[in-house]
Amino acid sequence: MTELRLTPQQLRQLLASRILVLDGAMGTMIQQHRLDEAGYRGAEFADWPSDLKGNNDLLVLTQPELIADIHRQYLLAGADIIETNTFNATTIAMHDYQMAHLSERINREAAALARRVCDEVTAQQPDKPRFVAGVLGPTNRTASISPDVNDPGFRNVSFDELVLAYKESTRALIAGGADIIMLETIFDTLNAKAAAFAVLEVFEELQLELPVMISGTITDASGRTLSGQTTEAFYYSLAHVKPVTFGLNCALGPDLLRPYVETLATISEAYVSVHPNAGLPNEFGEYDLGAEAMAAEIADWAKQGFLNIVGGCCGTTPEHIKAIAEAVKDAPPRQPKAADHSFHLAGLEAFAVEW
Amino acid sequence: MQQQARFINIGERTNVTGSAKFKKLILKGDFEAALDVARQQVENGAQIIDINMDEGMLDSKAAMVRYLTLLAAEPDIARVPIMVDSSKWDVIEAALKCIQGKAVVNSISLKEGEASFLQQAKLLRRYGAAVVVMAFDEVGQADTKARKVEICQRAYQILTEQIGFPPEDIIFDPNIFAVATGIEEHNNYAVDFIEATREIKRLCPYAKISGGVSNVSFSFRGNDPVREAIHSVFLYHAIAAGMDMGIVNAGQLAVYDDIPPLLRERVEDVILNRRPDATERLLEIAAQFKGDGSVAEKVDDAWRSLPVNKRLEHALVKGITDFIEQDTEDARQQAERPLHVIEGPLMDGMNVVGDLFGEGKMFLPQVVKSARVMKKAVAYLQPYIEQEKAGGRAQGKILLATVKGDVHDIGKNIVGVVLQCNNFEVIDLGVMVSCAEILRVAKEQQVDVIGLSGLITPSLDEMVHVAKEMTRLGFTIPLLIGGATTSKAHTAVKIAPHYAHGVVYVPNASRSVSVVQALISAEQKPAYLARVAEEYRIAVEQHQRSRPGERMLSLAEARQNKFPLDLTKVAPAPKQPGVHYWQQVDLQVLRDYIDWTPFFLTWQLSGKFPAILQHAEVGLEARKVYQDANALLDQMIKDNLIRGKAAFGFFPANSDGDDIIIYQDDSRTTERCRLHNLRQQLALRNNAPNCSLADFIAPVGSGIADYVGAFAVTTGFGADELAAQYAAAHDDYNSIMVKALADRLAEALAEYLHLKVRREYWGYAANEQLDNEQLIRELYQGIRPAPGYPACPEHTEKGTLFQLLDVPAQIQMQLTESYAMWPGAAVSGWYFAHPDSKYFAVSKIDRDQLADYAERKGWSEQQAESWLAPNLR
Repeated sequence: MTELRLTPQQLRQLLASRILVLDGAMGTMIQQHRLDEAGYRGAEFADWPSDLKGNNDLLVLTQPELIADIHRQYLLAGADIIETNTFNATTIAMHDYQMAHLSERINREAAALARRVCDEVTAQQPDKPRFVAGVLGPTNRTASISPDVNDPGFRNVSFDELVLAYKESTRALIAGGADIIMLETIFDTLNAKAAAFAVLEVFEELQLELPVMISGTITDASGRTLSGQTTEAFYYSLAHVKPVTFGLNCALGPDLLRPYVETLATISEAYVSVHPNAGLPNEFGEYDLGAEAMAAEIADWAKQGFLNIVGGCCGTTPEHIKAIAEAVKDAPPRQPKAADHSFHLAGLEAFAVEW
Repeated sequence: MQQQARFINIGERTNVTGSAKFKKLILKGDFEAALDVARQQVENGAQIIDINMDEGMLDSKAAMVRYLTLLAAEPDIARVPIMVDSSKWDVIEAALKCIQGKAVVNSISLKEGEASFLQQAKLLRRYGAAVVVMAFDEVGQADTKARKVEICQRAYQILTEQIGFPPEDIIFDPNIFAVATGIEEHNNYAVDFIEATREIKRLCPYAKISGGVSNVSFSFRGNDPVREAIHSVFLYHAIAAGMDMGIVNAGQLAVYDDIPPLLRERVEDVILNRRPDATERLLEIAAQFKGDGSVAEKVDDAWRSLPVNKRLEHALVKGITDFIEQDTEDARQQAERPLHVIEGPLMDGMNVVGDLFGEGKMFLPQVVKSARVMKKAVAYLQPYIEQEKAGGRAQGKILLATVKGDVHDIGKNIVGVVLQCNNFEVIDLGVMVSCAEILRVAKEQQVDVIGLSGLITPSLDEMVHVAKEMTRLGFTIPLLIGGATTSKAHTAVKIAPHYAHGVVYVPNASRSVSVVQALISAEQKPAYLARVAEEYRIAVEQHQRSRPGERMLSLAEARQNKFPLDLTKVAPAPKQPGVHYWQQVDLQVLRDYIDWTPFFLTWQLSGKFPAILQHAEVGLEARKVYQDANALLDQMIKDNLIRGKAAFGFFPANSDGDDIIIYQDDSRTTERCRLHNLRQQLALRNNAPNCSLADFIAPVGSGIADYVGAFAVTTGFGADELAAQYAAAHDDYNSIMVKALADRLAEALAEYLHLKVRREYWGYAANEQLDNEQLIRELYQGIRPAPGYPACPEHTEKGTLFQLLDVPAQIQMQLTESYAMWPGAAVSGWYFAHPDSKYFAVSKIDRDQLADYAERKGWSEQQAESWLAPNLR
């Protein structure tokens, strides 16, 4: 099964020639269908003991056509890469629904579903290749922050538990046909380091290497991740993974995200990916930055040479992706910073010595 | 200075094998206090902290994990990278599973053979850590240069070629062993390390060299001055050979150039293994340096027998005035013309000072002392030069002034001294200088550069005004901007656009020389100004871009979200109501309340007091300047050279919106005046309240009789005169020192008075017991915000405060037209007693609040705009 896999080198070559487009939001697209409890359960889980409404990742088993349709809409809007519907599909996140044992199946089915839609669209429109990015989400626990204000030394998940969960997801995503492994919405770098550790172990185990994408989340205008790192510190803490792309997503709209994208574009030896939200949620929790407005900002990023891969996160729709694809169509891709062997360490802040 | 930054200091105190104190804390499980050890290291400038829990009595792995998880919750410590220090692989791995940043592992080696070395290195890559590799292989630990180089090169090849380990992330520790042990084979250990360092750096591109420095002096334990000298000499040579970082005890490091020459020579003989009897010869003299090192200075008068030009150089570098007139006279007799003494030996000596300062081998207080020597020599020569009617040739003429309405001049005076040291002619117009006066003198004297200084925020507007006037009057010379409230952003956004011939922000005195040199050189100037313009363009962009990040609330929304005051906790009525005056403050009492940290910052020595006295780089100089300061303080107090006064009082008050009403008396029927406060208008994280000082006072109609206090204190009477006396005696060092100390005493008086108010005069915290450190950290109940500072940034409120306390008539303090206080060493502010009251920053306000404030103050919007400019969005 390994001989046809996309290699990191192939993806890098493609990224050197043009800006690729990633898909948009999954969660907010699913919300539009206003599924009820029964809709989520389907036949198989009709008698499940806990509530399942909101378990979006389960829909790849209970409503596969609904998910396939969202993938299809994004591909037809111009996406080169679609993300599997597995944001919460690790054993750790599925534990809340008492479905940890289904994690493997959901990840595998989600990748296979995305693969099928990708291949189907490419068969109709063979003008370009289309890729499936197998998503490893952040989980709902943090390895470097205590959930108990009275005991800053307490943790509700360990590095080893995370590695175990992520290994299972990674194997299943690869088995289902993912071309790329994507660590996204990273708000605690230690979680992501565990995910990366797992991915590298699985690659070694399977004797293959897929392209890796890493994408972190700057939670607010403080310019830091939830676990307190600056963009630079975050980058240097994960640079050892040698990902094909390094990027930012979620939490902020393009306007507020811009300075951090610029920072990353300046320091990154990897290609840069960004998928911002459609603005900040309004008082009803809805995102209302329109497709054209968002595409205008993205077009400027492309013009400034910040971008290699761009898509959308919360609140974005196929309409947004279409506008974004149009906006970056003719823009030259960013050229990564050449490796200079400068020495970097990181705490919450980056430590650098230029030699 | 920047060259020094290339040597990375790794803090070693969080190490159970190296620090008895840390070990004790960890063994008894006091992790809180153990975290403070890490915090102190970071505060004292450790760039990486080394953490080691290898102790037989300890579950090292559990202690490491507990410590690191707790440390992760302390942003002021966790901001720096961690070095995981253990000889046990399972401890290393457990540690890496707790660290989100990129750490360094210290260490792995080839001791157990290639297979396990590779396996460990591969895992370290997977955890994303850099690595220290010890020069240790299957045969043993490397002691000779050849073995060190051989092992490190082999390790480098294995790591880079077999598993693609990035060479820049490899740090070699080629083993520092003790020298001067009496065993002949040990004599070459330091040379072996230094030479191996040079060779490894050549053979292994991008790899780094580190080591545990204190090992080298092990045989002199118990004799700290000699150990410090050994460390310093060793590092001097090892860094020159390419050593990049070291685990050092900040307290055990002398400044290389300050080691007494005799000691340095003999240490150097030992370190460099220059003669077979080097150890004996060091031992011979070691005893006389034991103790506080004071013997060292007395031994050192050999320089008196040097030729006169070398004596002058020595006097300038060391800041010794004792023999300067005699030496200058000698030089004058040898010179053809008196001017040649200045242009020859004196300038040569000052060039040495300038170079040492530039290389970071001298610190600001030393340079100011050098200037004192120079001025005394020049003053001595002046009559002879005037006889000849020959003028000096300076590099260029600089005009300096503190702008109209501002009285603060310490920073400006330091800049003046530093520029003079570098052979610039400085015309210092002093403080409160009007724009017209500045520009008149600039024209008359045909100066090359104008430098403006100011401390309070209204001075920023005055600087804008000067820039506009320069344009209007057709000036073409560059304008420098400096002072505590100035900034690159303000200069770029507000001042530079008004003047096209160069506006340059100068962040500190040491930068002023290179800036002025570039501006005076016809070749450098255009390129330099272009570079500044580009920097400002970026600063302006960043400034504009940072705006969307802020969300402003309307004033009405901000008021809705005011700080909810707990009315059950309002402080009781003052025990001694009314207004009080202290006409003669006992300065001796205030000494215990001095916060010394800012004093050292004035001298550009950064670090927290008292730890700064032991700091590796600046500790020695800090100790000297601290000693000089205390000597001067003794004298100032004994001879009553400066005097302090205070006015303070308590007033019945209730809040009305953002105003605080002060009543005529306790019947609370007639308003006496209103304190006008601003309110935070930026949307805050987690919807935190948008505070105004008025929120800390019970509102009108609550039926609660609340109070507000006010105070104005100074310790500045006599300070200007005393400083001027010193300046007239060509002693800028003490002139600056007087003002810096007066400032500290004024802050101490404010602190002391607040304490007396809390315990006695208002008496709401009669039983409070806090030490000075706790006072500095503001751990008391209630606050004393000062008009012009973040919680109440608008300066004209000081006018109300001065009226309430009848300050000018009673204690003779004055306000300038910009509401700066005279004497300059002064503090004034309000007292709020409510236990929930806290310091905050008003920060940005919007137009709606501006209009509202103008109406409350009875101002036009234009007036309000000028006073609120620094806060206006």
